[in-house]
Amino acid sequence: MREALEKIEQAAKEQLEMVSEAKALEELRVKFLGKKGELTAILKQMGKLSPEERPVIGQLANKVRSDIEQAIAQRLESINNAEKEKRLKEETLDVTLPGKKIKIGKPHPLNKVLNEVEEVFIGMGFDIVEGPEVETDHYCFEALNMPKHHPARDTQDTFYINENVVLRTQTSSVQIRTMENTKPPIRIISPGRVYRSDTVDATHSPLFHQIEGLVIDKGITMSDLKGTLELLMKRLYGEECKIRLRPHHFPYTEPSAEVDIMCFNCGGKGCSMCKQEGYVELLGAGMVHPKVLRDCGIDPEIYSGFAFGIGLERITMGRFNINDMRLLYENDLRFLGQF
Amino acid sequence: MNLSMKWLADYIDCSDIPVKNFCYDITMSGSKVERYDAEGAEISKVVVGKLLSVVAHENSDHLVVCMVDVGEDKPIQIVTGASNVEAGQYVPVALDGSTLPGGVKIKKGKLRGVESNGMLCSLGELGLTVHDFPYAIENGIFILGDDCDLTLGKDIKEAIGLNDITVEFEITSNRPDCMSVIGLAREAHATFNRPLNVKAPEFTGTDGDINKIMSVRIDNPKLCQRYMAAVVKNVKIEPSPRWIRERLRACGVRPINNFVDITNYVMLEYGHPMHAFDLRYVNGSSIIVRNAKNGEKITTLDGIERTLSEEMLVIADADKPVAVAGVMGGEYSGIMDDTTTVVFEAACFDGASVRTTAKKLGMRTDASSRYEKGLDPNCTPEALMRACQLVEQLGAGEVIKTYIDCDHCDKSHREVEFDSKWINDFLGTDIPEADMIKYLESLDFKIENGKVIAPYFRIDIECKADIAEEVARIYGYNNIPSTIIKGIAKAQRTPKQKFEREITNTMLALGVNEITTYSFISPKYFDKINLPNDSKLRNAVKIKNPLGEDTSIMRTSILPSMCEVLARNYNYRNQSVAFFELGNEYLPVEGEILPAEPSRLAVGMYGNEYDFYYLKGTIEELLDRIGLSDYDIEAANADCGIDEFFAFHPGRCAVILKNGKALGILGELHPDVLKNYDIGIRVYAAKLLVPEIIELSSSEKVYKPLPKYPAITRDISVVCDESLPAASLEKAISKAVGKILESVTLFDVYQGKQIESGKKSVSYSIVMRSHEGTLTDEQADNAMKKALKAITELGAELRA
Repeated sequence: MREALEKIEQAAKEQLEMVSEAKALEELRVKFLGKKGELTAILKQMGKLSPEERPVIGQLANKVRSDIEQAIAQRLESINNAEKEKRLKEETLDVTLPGKKIKIGKPHPLNKVLNEVEEVFIGMGFDIVEGPEVETDHYCFEALNMPKHHPARDTQDTFYINENVVLRTQTSSVQIRTMENTKPPIRIISPGRVYRSDTVDATHSPLFHQIEGLVIDKGITMSDLKGTLELLMKRLYGEECKIRLRPHHFPYTEPSAEVDIMCFNCGGKGCSMCKQEGYVELLGAGMVHPKVLRDCGIDPEIYSGFAFGIGLERITMGRFNINDMRLLYENDLRFLGQF
Repeated sequence: MNLSMKWLADYIDCSDIPVKNFCYDITMSGSKVERYDAEGAEISKVVVGKLLSVVAHENSDHLVVCMVDVGEDKPIQIVTGASNVEAGQYVPVALDGSTLPGGVKIKKGKLRGVESNGMLCSLGELGLTVHDFPYAIENGIFILGDDCDLTLGKDIKEAIGLNDITVEFEITSNRPDCMSVIGLAREAHATFNRPLNVKAPEFTGTDGDINKIMSVRIDNPKLCQRYMAAVVKNVKIEPSPRWIRERLRACGVRPINNFVDITNYVMLEYGHPMHAFDLRYVNGSSIIVRNAKNGEKITTLDGIERTLSEEMLVIADADKPVAVAGVMGGEYSGIMDDTTTVVFEAACFDGASVRTTAKKLGMRTDASSRYEKGLDPNCTPEALMRACQLVEQLGAGEVIKTYIDCDHCDKSHREVEFDSKWINDFLGTDIPEADMIKYLESLDFKIENGKVIAPYFRIDIECKADIAEEVARIYGYNNIPSTIIKGIAKAQRTPKQKFEREITNTMLALGVNEITTYSFISPKYFDKINLPNDSKLRNAVKIKNPLGEDTSIMRTSILPSMCEVLARNYNYRNQSVAFFELGNEYLPVEGEILPAEPSRLAVGMYGNEYDFYYLKGTIEELLDRIGLSDYDIEAANADCGIDEFFAFHPGRCAVILKNGKALGILGELHPDVLKNYDIGIRVYAAKLLVPEIIELSSSEKVYKPLPKYPAITRDISVVCDESLPAASLEKAISKAVGKILESVTLFDVYQGKQIESGKKSVSYSIVMRSHEGTLTDEQADNAMKKALKAITELGAELRA
């Protein structure tokens, strides 16, 4: 019997080697270890053995069984591993094929930049205030120290609805409305559409956007205006950006300034983009004219303030290197899809 | 304002400052330089030469061969086609390798076999005209006259004075005094801190009483505060000397003759316009400054007949207007070659009046652009004195010693309190008072008794802030420190702003691209979107002076703006697009001056993946996100409350309703509208009324506990008339199932062979769940029975 057992173990191990599928392995297990299997058949003959031989053969039989079981288990694992390897191999993808197109809407570049500017100002404690685009002459001009026939009106070619109603040429009108209705301290920006009768070309549009800011409180100084604008520009363009203030004239501010930003292209050395100046004109600003304050019911002896106006188109075009303003209003998907 | 640097040098010496630095510094102190140009910059290697001999060309009957002395060892040979050359003349010679304006390069070569080592130049070839050198001819070589430096070999730019630098300034409307050479010299004086050499002009004059020659009367002293006149007898009309012509040219003014040039010269130098009349044509020798009569006519110097109206101020003689005050003189009374007696006018007219008149007549002149900003009448005398001085300097006539001065002006100076502490507090600076005084005095202000007294020419000084600006700009804006605003401020977006941001963000997340369109449209767009003629949307705010019809009214509907963009994209062959715009409409309100400007959401899409239900799903997702619930979407009709209904396919258009109020419209555009826009593909569009939706929405989200007990799902298929809206079935099921309903979802709509025609089969999956315990089958069966009963009442029956 001993030989028979050893033969079985031998045979089982040999046959196991030949098996390469889980199913065939199971068949083999039944063949050797099953109820009708070869090992069972031998064990059934144990009764014929002498009492001395029985425990020895029994022990041997158990060892053979567990050896075969172990061999099957090992074999199974290696078959499974091989199958897994095979599947993984078969499932290999060309990862360089294009990804599926998932649609997401793109914000209009003007609003993308406006959003950033608004975030900066909200962080600095500015409320966002809106106002009418079709506006009275009073709010658009007269309250801003530009009575009828004031020569500065010439610089803002105006669309008229009638003698007293215009399309606002600046969002400063919103500032006047705010000053009339709100007690200082005031800290607002008023973004929105403004209108000037400029013929459409690469740098002009009869409709464009402004973001005007206004701060009124006790003790507001021109150095505060400078600090605020510097902070804004650093947030928008990075810490290394530099601005300069240049004296200018606006009827509603005194002193008035135009603010230039150092040319990104040449870093202030002068190039074709900045017309050799090293700086590019960015916005207008100044201390709110005492007359404007007084007319809004704010005592200029107690309060002071500053105001500034940024052209959204200008900073958007600068930001994305857009060279033609018409693209912003044409709304061609091939353009919009880039932002 | 163009400034001649040569002219500036009369008053201040800035010759050692490189022009680039000059421009930068004067810009930073407040006079902005737009650009600067060196005259004749394109001209090189052109010199003065003398024609030694001129002989005929052997192979040509129109060419001549010249030997020219250009100051070198040997004369050079040049062939020219000009017929005005003779030996002994001095001429500009472009040498081999020279350059001329317009990028022209001159090289030696052979003309009909004869060597030519350069070119003799005409005025035009040097970029000049006969106005610059009246003795030269237009079609021929420029024969240099006595007013040129005739040193042989001399660079032509220096020889003829084509070597000025012109600086173009952008002068703001508050500083008309800077529209002059002297005004800019004063600014340079303050900027560069070097001496200014301006003397009051004087003239000698000849004896005579001007009042015996002419008279002046001002009828409207409000519009003409001062009128001064001087008379010049025995005048000799001729071209001005070179230095005057040269300076006028540098400032962009065409030289005409000595008297006209003097008036322009004075205007450019002092910033005060002048005029000259021929006394012969001033009838009655009397000048009357009066308002025009309605319909009165005058032919101005530019040869155009103008019809005047009564608010315009004119200079008239006894019978008729001879000039439009402050704008332009009359042709009839202007200076002519045979003029013998000239009247100089130096007058100060009201700015607003000149501005209105110039605008109404459509003629903005150098004079009107100065007057309209406001000149001080106290500056008028020096203009007249300067003109008389120039006449004597040029020997152009005899100036009568006495002159007329009709003066109604205020002689007081503008004064403002001087408060150095206030200025420092206002600017955020720490400038010593002594420095402030220094800055102000450099700008001709006087500090007396705690007051700043402005010079007459500074018409812009009114308040302390004006003084602060003067101090700040000379101190240097960029020397002001940068500080952060003191105090705490809290800021947040308004509910409306938050809501609109949520709309934008949701639409972007839904794969729809944002657009921005003009707020003005063409009235024709209403026809393009099929609006009936009596639609109230056709009542729009009209622009009185539009750029064109396409942008002539403020939109009362955002829809056509969207259609334009869709059409443009279709035309650009963009295969499929989805767009939205959050923008305003402008709706006139009865009895109000200003229109309402409600915000609207427009959505538009076309392309293979889009259909009505895609659009509807997009809108539903949006409404869910922004917190609008319990609304209905029903088939729209002409009375649905939204006028754009007519732009849509009548069978594929729905209205969004809540509490009986229309909140929006969506659907497929009408084929006629697509045709109007030349779009050959179905287009889906929607318009939502944002403020109306805000009012009925709630952004509050409340957490609902996650279900603890299992749900039971039952499917139901029913057959009903095809006209029965699915929404009514859904509603009936919801109501019948009641509290335990979790969801009812449509999963199939079928029409076809297995269904009777005119009917449709609709299948729903109904999910029920209780939060109190596990639902029993019995409870679910009961609920389904009720649901079936409810839909049977609508005429539907269980599908067999």
